Amino acid sequence: MAEIAKEIEREQLLDIFTRTMKVNRTDEKFRELLMQGKVAVMYYCVRGQELVSAAAMAALDPDDYVVCTYRGQGEQTAKGIPLEKWWGECLGKATGTCKGKGGTMHITDPDTGIMVTTGVVGSGIPIANGLAMASQNSGDGRVTLVSFGDGAANIGGFHEAMNMAQLYKLPVVFLCQNNRYGEHTAYADHTDSPSIAARAEGYGMKGVTVDGNDVNEVYPAMVDAVEHARSGKGPVLVEAMCYRMMGHFFGADFSYMPEDHVKEMQTEDPLPKLRTVMLERQFTEEELDKIVADIDAEIDAAVQHALDAPLPDTDEIYKDVLEETA
Amino acid sequence: MAEITMTEGLNKAIDEAMAEDDGVFCLGEDVSAKQGGGVFKVTQGLSEKYGEHRIRATPISETAIVGAAVGAALAGQRPIAEIMLMNFVGVCMDQIVNHAAKLRFMSGGQTPCPIVIRTTTGVGVGFGGQHSDMLEAWFAHVAGIHVVTPSNAADARGLMRASIDANDPVIFIENILCYGLKAEDPGEGYRVPLGKAAVAKEGTDISLITYGRTVLDALEVAGEMEKEGVSVEVIDLRTIAPYDEEAVLKSVRKTGRALTLHEAVRPFGTGAEIAANIQEKCWDDLKGPVRRIGGTFSAVPFASHLEQAWIPSKDEIAGQIKASVGKD
Repeated sequence: MAEIAKEIEREQLLDIFTRTMKVNRTDEKFRELLMQGKVAVMYYCVRGQELVSAAAMAALDPDDYVVCTYRGQGEQTAKGIPLEKWWGECLGKATGTCKGKGGTMHITDPDTGIMVTTGVVGSGIPIANGLAMASQNSGDGRVTLVSFGDGAANIGGFHEAMNMAQLYKLPVVFLCQNNRYGEHTAYADHTDSPSIAARAEGYGMKGVTVDGNDVNEVYPAMVDAVEHARSGKGPVLVEAMCYRMMGHFFGADFSYMPEDHVKEMQTEDPLPKLRTVMLERQFTEEELDKIVADIDAEIDAAVQHALDAPLPDTDEIYKDVLEETA
Repeated sequence: MAEITMTEGLNKAIDEAMAEDDGVFCLGEDVSAKQGGGVFKVTQGLSEKYGEHRIRATPISETAIVGAAVGAALAGQRPIAEIMLMNFVGVCMDQIVNHAAKLRFMSGGQTPCPIVIRTTTGVGVGFGGQHSDMLEAWFAHVAGIHVVTPSNAADARGLMRASIDANDPVIFIENILCYGLKAEDPGEGYRVPLGKAAVAKEGTDISLITYGRTVLDALEVAGEMEKEGVSVEVIDLRTIAPYDEEAVLKSVRKTGRALTLHEAVRPFGTGAEIAANIQEKCWDDLKGPVRRIGGTFSAVPFASHLEQAWIPSKDEIAGQIKASVGKD
């Protein structure tokens, strides 16, 4: 993105920082609990991708729709799911967003616009079109943003959905978080073309590639994309370059990730870069530390609430199957 | 009262639902006036009336079609998605099984998915192996879906209206050979509740449990059996899953014999599930084993005489009835 025009408003920057750190501290806490053996569930780490999620969610209105994937913690917490409900679901408790029946891979919270979290790579993309189609039909002005990885760009549904979205000019933003891995397979081993965003042209769609580690690139790009979609001009494919600093899921072997490349990518870590931007914009170390401390306190309270919460009743397995069983 | 065909019954049900609720819309391949109103004309005249955004002709993209229906349903609308032929569900099973069927449950009841997936199929028109299968058992095996199929024009109208009302996904199977069937028009607002079977013909000696096109064969054979002194009760399930267990068990307790019949292949078919259930719950009432008839366990063939050999014949139905009542 060459033509970044205006500076991000200070207030907006603070919002992005807060969301980013909420994602990061949630991720750190989850790994800590897993390491300590206090919880034993599937968790897909988001270390390295915090800023992309935060910037994308900050660019949306509160009632806009979001579809994400099992690696969706970033979108979920940055969009604002109450942490007690989020942790409750991840720990399989009755207080969770889905009464403990969805779990880490299927977080749903329509109150904050998190409409679907899918555990199937690429499957959220066609569904996002439908949410956007409903908005187009009803004229409610909402935008739908669907987040997915570079791995999802190679499944058939991606292609079908891109073509359909552009055909109908749906108000949808396709956010490809190119974290350089599709499950355990490196980008170069699953895709030969250098760019996912370049595929947009093939659909007649607007596509952009941005540095997902640089707030001054990724946020304005997300704002542009959301505006484009909301104004009726149709969908945008945004490819945010980032790096999944850990394995596919917590506990997975990621020795296959070349050490020198990991080291190189660590120099691109979005968190220190964001902090530098914050300091350049006259936020103080104390202010930023206070924000993080407040987030930690909120997370600790939410985790405790979830740990203390009751398990779902076993008869929940018969409920919510069909309306008759609701 | 006026007569309607099954095609007209379906069209009227969709039309009146769209007139009543702006959230009802159709999407699928070739559904609008530009393409002739659907390959079997079920959506004819509707794009002219409601506009192309409510009768959305789509690319040939089954995953995108059902995915879009799922998303629109989550946003509170009532999409009717058309999968032109039932075999094409193989392209979009993930959206149906992993998403439409499960999102109510996995969200703890927050996101029901009220979509109707209309699809057509049927053996006997020479479409061969990839355009003819009855695949209802695939969906009956998944929790969270209604599977519906009408056997006559009046039920088509009433079942379609009830399916659009339903707050869960419905797989609505239309048999190609039934589109032209005529019945008295049950009129505006007519609904056939989901999950309710019909006794298509009363009888006392054996319960013949079936649905869709084979109801016609069942009724014809039952008529002939009457002449031979065998009284056959024909149960038209109308909703294949979850099916009207009460109606089936009630009938079998009365007759003491049961035979299941479907066009779909026999092994692991819906007939097997129904037969097993009858044997568990009506053992003391049964005078003999529950028998099953289904299509041949191979791909549907092309040549007409092979196709006819493949589907359950009226002779086979009659033979199984006679064997059940001890007249073979």
